[in-house]
Amino acid sequence: MTDSAPTHAAAEMERAPHKPLAYRLEQFGLIIVWLLLIAVFGYLRPDTFLTWPNLSTILGSQAVLVVVTLGLIIPLTANDFDLSIAFIMTLSSMLVAVLNVNYGIGIGWAVIAALALGIAVGLINGFLITVFRIHSLIVTLGTGTFLHGVTLWLSDSMTISGISPSLMNAVIVDRLFGVPLEFYYAIVLAALVWYLLEYTAVGRRILFVGRGREVARLSGIDTDRIRVACLVASGFFGALAGVLYAGTQGAADPVSGVTYQLPAFAAAFLGSTCIAPGRFNPWGATVAVYFLVTGITGLVFLGFSSFIQEMFYGGALVIAVTLSQLVRGRQEQQF
Amino acid sequence: MEASLAGAGPPADAPPALRLWGLSKTFGGQKALDNASLAVAQGEVHGLLGQNGSGKSTLIKVLAGFHAPDPGSRLQIGGADVALPLAPGAFRKYRMSFVHQHLGLIPSLTALENLLLGRLAERDHWAINWAAQRRAAKRLFAAYDIDLDPDARVADIPPVERALLAIVRAIAEMNEEGGVGAGLLVLDEPTPFLPKRDVDRLFQLVRTFVSKGVSVVFVSHDVDEVMEITNRATVLRDGKVAATIETSAATKADFIEAIVGRKLAPATPPAPPAARGSSHAIVHNLSGGTIEGFSLDLAAGEVVGVTGLIGSGYDEIPYLIYGARKARGGTLDIAGQGVELREIKPRDAIRRGVVLVPADRANAGVIGPLPVADNITMPTLGSRFRRWMLSRRAMTAEAAEMARRFEVRPADPTMNMASLSGGNQQKVVLAKWFQMAPKLILLDEPTQGVDIGARQTVFRHIASAASAGAAVLCASSDYEQLAAISSRVLIFAAGRVVAILEGAEISKDAIAERSLGGAGGFA
Repeated sequence: MTDSAPTHAAAEMERAPHKPLAYRLEQFGLIIVWLLLIAVFGYLRPDTFLTWPNLSTILGSQAVLVVVTLGLIIPLTANDFDLSIAFIMTLSSMLVAVLNVNYGIGIGWAVIAALALGIAVGLINGFLITVFRIHSLIVTLGTGTFLHGVTLWLSDSMTISGISPSLMNAVIVDRLFGVPLEFYYAIVLAALVWYLLEYTAVGRRILFVGRGREVARLSGIDTDRIRVACLVASGFFGALAGVLYAGTQGAADPVSGVTYQLPAFAAAFLGSTCIAPGRFNPWGATVAVYFLVTGITGLVFLGFSSFIQEMFYGGALVIAVTLSQLVRGRQEQQF
Repeated sequence: MEASLAGAGPPADAPPALRLWGLSKTFGGQKALDNASLAVAQGEVHGLLGQNGSGKSTLIKVLAGFHAPDPGSRLQIGGADVALPLAPGAFRKYRMSFVHQHLGLIPSLTALENLLLGRLAERDHWAINWAAQRRAAKRLFAAYDIDLDPDARVADIPPVERALLAIVRAIAEMNEEGGVGAGLLVLDEPTPFLPKRDVDRLFQLVRTFVSKGVSVVFVSHDVDEVMEITNRATVLRDGKVAATIETSAATKADFIEAIVGRKLAPATPPAPPAARGSSHAIVHNLSGGTIEGFSLDLAAGEVVGVTGLIGSGYDEIPYLIYGARKARGGTLDIAGQGVELREIKPRDAIRRGVVLVPADRANAGVIGPLPVADNITMPTLGSRFRRWMLSRRAMTAEAAEMARRFEVRPADPTMNMASLSGGNQQKVVLAKWFQMAPKLILLDEPTQGVDIGARQTVFRHIASAASAGAAVLCASSDYEQLAAISSRVLIFAAGRVVAILEGAEISKDAIAERSLGGAGGFA
């Protein structure tokens, strides 16, 4: 500070590939906290928590939530909310069950129908948002609730079980290194979303549309098309999550899927505070999902009953948004 | 410096309204202010000038209690010592009031609600007497000769009335508080979004206040405005006081020299292309918004300015040609290819080699929270890079090269756009579009909010893009800028061209005269 020349040089060095330590800490903070959490619960409940069956269950069973969260961050990057995603997921799992069990349609066709449904809902969402210029929050709140009604109607408000075991095999029964296949599906999807957002021109355009819609439009980007495409993607991911959910349960119930909505948002925002701080990013989101689930599982192992889940997810969402706001806010004024 | 205080109007023995000295402020090892000072006499309009980054804003923020200055900084108000740092909002106790560039009005509320904003925010009122407040507002507006309906929504009133409303509100709030001092109004660049004629109305209002003993600090980029309204001015450069100038005894060149620290070569308009070459871009019969039946032939290498008073529609032309705003009709022929302007969209325009540099940099020009590299490579992502396997490194390297060529400071493409000064942001916008070797460049207020040094750089880049074969259409209300860069200037009134100036006829005054003359000025 006394001699200006060396400090200047040091500042230049810092700006080059070397990121400052604080940035690194922020980048990997959530992972560190997650590992600490595992260590604490492992220490408190070594016989139950730190066992391979428990860990592989956590990894496998939460793959559905990872897929929902991945679906969510695509429109979030374009600054659109998709509140219908958990309802799409529920309807999709129900559609698989109804078609497969009640109508005896092959599981393959049932899955294709469910995915097509997700895409169709995404198109409708996107159409309403871009053509009538309605805020995505309102549109998807409406379509989501509407879809929930459809699910209840379709299922007569009953759980439908007896889905073809081939779906269960492909999702949860078959394992690799002791972990259900659906975990790997989720990881592959995360890699795909990461590639899409980070390494393609389309991914950059999504980011431009989210951060500066008017700038994007004047730069020749068809902002409406990008936004619709993002909502179609989230619809597709929601439907895919529904298929995995049906496979995980071997059945479909009209209500439980809806509880994925909040954790997905919590994970998306919490994930945006790590790996690539300030941006919604798939690896951060994946880490966040497992962080949240580890916390809940651990607390349940410690003897808390299931009310803790709601408190934990709800609290996590608020804290996550607060943190992501802090990260963004600080980034915006790096003077 | 103390001695020169006597030069101002009020009695020489009156203590200065504001005296700030020994003022330093360090941010992370860098001195934003270095032993700066400011002395404002009572009843004086005092200019505060300097390029972006000279410390102007930091100084204002110290007064507003937003920044704590380094120890050793001293402040006196009305001759009485005031301890620094000031608490946020403490300025009210000292009868100071601030009007910032963005005015602090809520557009969707009425003028009256905005007028009461500060009062309602500060104190509890459990029974607002709206009828009485409305009468009081009407009296207030009438007292300052402002024709404004208290029930009008701020969004619906013209920009100049918004500015006047914000200033009157500042004065009203100042008068409400007791406390020391005769009142000090800080106008922090209130004019850049106003056309010249409206600036005059604003100045009238300022003079009214001054005649009542209020002192004014007038922060601005515009030397002409400062010369017109101020008694004296303090010029900051690199956080230090570069000069304190007695306005009546100074020339514009003195001011500019103090601001930039070097003499600028006087701007000479470029000679029109020897023989205007074959038409390069032809706009035919464009209508849309205020504009009716506008036609123009542009030669390659030519810079054509369009201007007029606010509301004349000239500033809509770039957006209509670009397809950013929908046109009712007209065609654009560019390098022999025709296109209907009713149907054109920005992406079609870009594909034909048309680019737009919008005036609203913050919302339409740059994405502040993203790095410079992303902003620069935005239009070339699909063409210059592997679109399905983008290389961050290649993008950053290309952006670094671009930033260097366009003299962006600092030339670090990983920095967030928002952390650059206005002038450097604009250089990034130019780099973003000029790298595509455009055929037609549309500019709207290309140097708005750009400091005087960067302004020259922007002019230079526009000239070199033109000499590389582009036709340039520049909409601007900055007549000096038009005179400096254009070989032809079209002046609009009510959506139509009412005057054309060419070559040697072009001067700041000639443009101003024709613009003010409006439709009649042509006869």
